[in-house]
Amino acid sequence: MFWKRQIPLAIAFLAGLIFAIQYFVPHRVSQTIFDWYTDWGIVIGAFGAILGFYSISRLHITKITKRREGWLYSVATLVCILAMVIGAIVGGTEKGTFFAQMYSYVFVSISATMFSLLGFYIASAAYRAFRARTALATGLLLAAILVMLGRVPLGQTISFWTKWNPNLPSLVDIANWIMDVPNMAAKRAIALGVALGMMLVSLKIILGIERTYLGGGD
Amino acid sequence: MKFIEKLMSIDRRIIYILIALAIIIPFFVPMGLPIPITKEVESIYNYIEDLGPNDAIIISNDYDPQTKPELYPMVKAIIRHAFDREVKVIVMTLIVTGVGLAEEAVKEVADEYGMVNGKDYCFLGYRPGWGLLILGMGVDIHTQFPTDYYGTPIKDIPVMADIHNFDDIDLVLSFSGSSIVVSWLTMAKERFGQNIAWGVTGVMAPDYYIYLQSGQIVGMLGGLKGAAEYETLINKPDTATAGMDAQSWAHVIIIVFILIGNIGFFITGKKNLKPNI
Repeated sequence: MFWKRQIPLAIAFLAGLIFAIQYFVPHRVSQTIFDWYTDWGIVIGAFGAILGFYSISRLHITKITKRREGWLYSVATLVCILAMVIGAIVGGTEKGTFFAQMYSYVFVSISATMFSLLGFYIASAAYRAFRARTALATGLLLAAILVMLGRVPLGQTISFWTKWNPNLPSLVDIANWIMDVPNMAAKRAIALGVALGMMLVSLKIILGIERTYLGGGD
Repeated sequence: MKFIEKLMSIDRRIIYILIALAIIIPFFVPMGLPIPITKEVESIYNYIEDLGPNDAIIISNDYDPQTKPELYPMVKAIIRHAFDREVKVIVMTLIVTGVGLAEEAVKEVADEYGMVNGKDYCFLGYRPGWGLLILGMGVDIHTQFPTDYYGTPIKDIPVMADIHNFDDIDLVLSFSGSSIVVSWLTMAKERFGQNIAWGVTGVMAPDYYIYLQSGQIVGMLGGLKGAAEYETLINKPDTATAGMDAQSWAHVIIIVFILIGNIGFFITGKKNLKPNI
């Protein structure tokens, strides 16, 4: 318990305190601690990658040996991991190698396709769910339509009224106003709330009040 | 009434086909719509336009292949502009799956301009732990990246000879589909006073207008439109400009469907549609 609770809590408290002070004290000693910490952190990061490889391998090997549901997917995952690692070690990662070909023609294509599919789902979902049920929903709907038109080149082209009177705002101007004023006001309020929340959680972690990061409940 | 009800229960595959057609057809029949320039894009252009051969910028490709269609054209456009101005370009990535994309982008544009790796630009590759890495770069880039991606010691790379930390960098541009861009702001801008600009996906852009208004970032490229605006500014149309017609029509199709859905919603007495997306 001492090693799993008190020691990590003491490290979190000391590290939090030292770097909170370090940020505001521009002394040579303070700078040396900061330099030492950044170098040290990179080494920990590199070891983290090794730990990640071990962790994911162990997880999937256990799943395969115990024939849990979907164990074949674990086989595929392990084969892919090993193929990429061995491919990179043996053949390198330069253009034309097995690793580079797999990256460019399999990984990039699959990832981009998965993300692109969202566009189709959004279109269908918008048709079925975007309804002017209330005054607020109607406002949201109008703002969405104006922004969608104003943020693409077509918005400028179809703003025919600006030809009659150049002082009238085009769809682009309206979309920019929505982004710059109501959108920014709402986002700033959210950002401030999130920032205050983060500060509070950080303080709770430093003081040992928030302990869920240690695992095991509490 | 029946027609409206039929329209309301339209098969989702018809919507998919229409969206697909709206995206594909404009690539073969381009309309060449004029692309209006926004101030957040123009400010990045103006900043780089004022740089010269004694200046250096960092381009951090902090995205993975999922967001390549939106962010890759931005990176290429910015590198083209930097090479036009003979600015030193340092390319890196904070995302391990972005290494290949970063290398591909800088090599493609460097070949186009006849720029030499090590002399005109360098590719530092990837290092883990982005928060600490950014903080460390503020102190000494050479300790964070002892070698470039190809294993050449950083001290032997001519373009890096006079570059040691953020004091020697005029602008950092981060391109990302995640909140990594904010790490650049909190670590590099607020701690070291480094000027920052970024390119983000279209859905993320609204979140970051607050940093534009507060003057914490130089500018922002938002989605494919941002990339197309930059291509227009440097007068080198590429894939983003080509995609603008497709994006325009896709938006129109979505708006038409939303309007149809709402008309039907009111005509049929506000009946809900099946949640079949």
